[in-house]
Amino acid sequence: MGEVVWTTLRLAGLTTALLLILATPIAWWLARRRAWWKEIVAAVTTLPIILPPSVLGFYLLIAIAPQSPLMTALHPFGVRTLAFTFQGLVIGSMVYSLPFAVQPIRNAFEAMGPRPMEVAATLRATPLDAFFTVALPLARRGFLTAAILVFAHTIGEFGVVLMIGGSIPGKTEVISVRIYQLVESLQYGEAHKLAAGVAAFSFLALLGLLLVDRRTDEAVR
Amino acid sequence: MSVSVTAGVGGQFCGTIGGFALDAEFSLAPSGVTALSGPSGSGKTTLLRCIAGLTRLPGSLHVGDEVWQDPARFLAPHRRAVGVVFQEASLLAHLSVRGNLTYGARRTPARAEVGFDDTVDLLGLAPLLTRSVANLSGGERQRVALGRALLSQPRLLLMDEPLSSLDAGAKAEILPYLDRLHRALAIPALYISHDAGEIARLADHVLYMREGRIVADPGEPRTVTLEGLDAASRDGLALAALRAGLRPLA
Repeated sequence: MGEVVWTTLRLAGLTTALLLILATPIAWWLARRRAWWKEIVAAVTTLPIILPPSVLGFYLLIAIAPQSPLMTALHPFGVRTLAFTFQGLVIGSMVYSLPFAVQPIRNAFEAMGPRPMEVAATLRATPLDAFFTVALPLARRGFLTAAILVFAHTIGEFGVVLMIGGSIPGKTEVISVRIYQLVESLQYGEAHKLAAGVAAFSFLALLGLLLVDRRTDEAVR
Repeated sequence: MSVSVTAGVGGQFCGTIGGFALDAEFSLAPSGVTALSGPSGSGKTTLLRCIAGLTRLPGSLHVGDEVWQDPARFLAPHRRAVGVVFQEASLLAHLSVRGNLTYGARRTPARAEVGFDDTVDLLGLAPLLTRSVANLSGGERQRVALGRALLSQPRLLLMDEPLSSLDAGAKAEILPYLDRLHRALAIPALYISHDAGEIARLADHVLYMREGRIVADPGEPRTVTLEGLDAASRDGLALAALRAGLRPLA
């Protein structure tokens, strides 16, 4: 049981860290561009919210299977497939939770408006300098919201991990899938422990999120 | 068209942005405050943004012997030694007053002509230094914005109606500081305002803008009503009138 919890936390932590890095430039670009077609990119990054996890899992499985173009390109580096591996699970989780990272960060960048970056420029900060010393600190609550959402959402994912992970103990078996298997085999006692843990964790994550929002409101006032 | 490189500031911008046509040629003396006045929508802020490099329109601009823009080059705003005070103070909310004041100072080439202590002194900022910018009054915010701009060691200071968002009390509080700044300032400054009292009190020269152009004649009677002006503005007006060679009647 410890093993499955550890795998789940490791997956959620790694997904959160990598996704925040990946989502930041996307969110920045979406917040600063004015062209209408940027919304196409926005729609693509938001798609995982409404796609059934089985659809997403199916396409991801095809993408990381040995004969896919993506994996063929990686063959020279000794990578044959990412299906049923922990790395594959991290990639799948990142795609699945992408909107939960991009949206809050984009909102935070948009709420900031163009003025702080202009101020920084007139104070001799290069655009990159201004990004790290002005935009990131001003958007920090957006990042905190994104981190909480992505972490909790990854803990809660089921369909995608089931399809591309294969539930291999110690490698790709996570809490949500284990609960399903425990219930299937009528081990309700064990299932209760894990399910109650996830429910309690989810409650705390949401509470944390609401408290962050509250502090934001107070800061604005 | 090219602008001869001389002392002072000179430039011209000609172009359209968001449906607004700007066609302005101007020059500023090497020091002193030049007021830029004109009805709202006449392009004052657009011209200021072009000078700062925040808006890019075809044209040319030199500040002293430095060319900031000509047909072949456009210096990015962060490479221009320009201090800007916006209409709203636009302080960086994640930094303290001190953090705001030193943000630009830390990014300027070594030699500091405007000292931190002198600036804090000039603008009476000492009691504010450790405060968060969130709970400053409007007047305090603009003083910090002004100090922040000065400490970035500008060769040109641009102020976009810095008092227009303040109530009468806050204006009265900040005007003496602007007087002191005016006397201490060794660089040219462009001060956008359409408040005749403010202009008379703070400006050495006046430029008028109308429909995107700098015009010689404001095209409206330049009478100023003394009713409703505070004592300091009235004194400023009287002083400006004397400087302009007018003598009081009888």
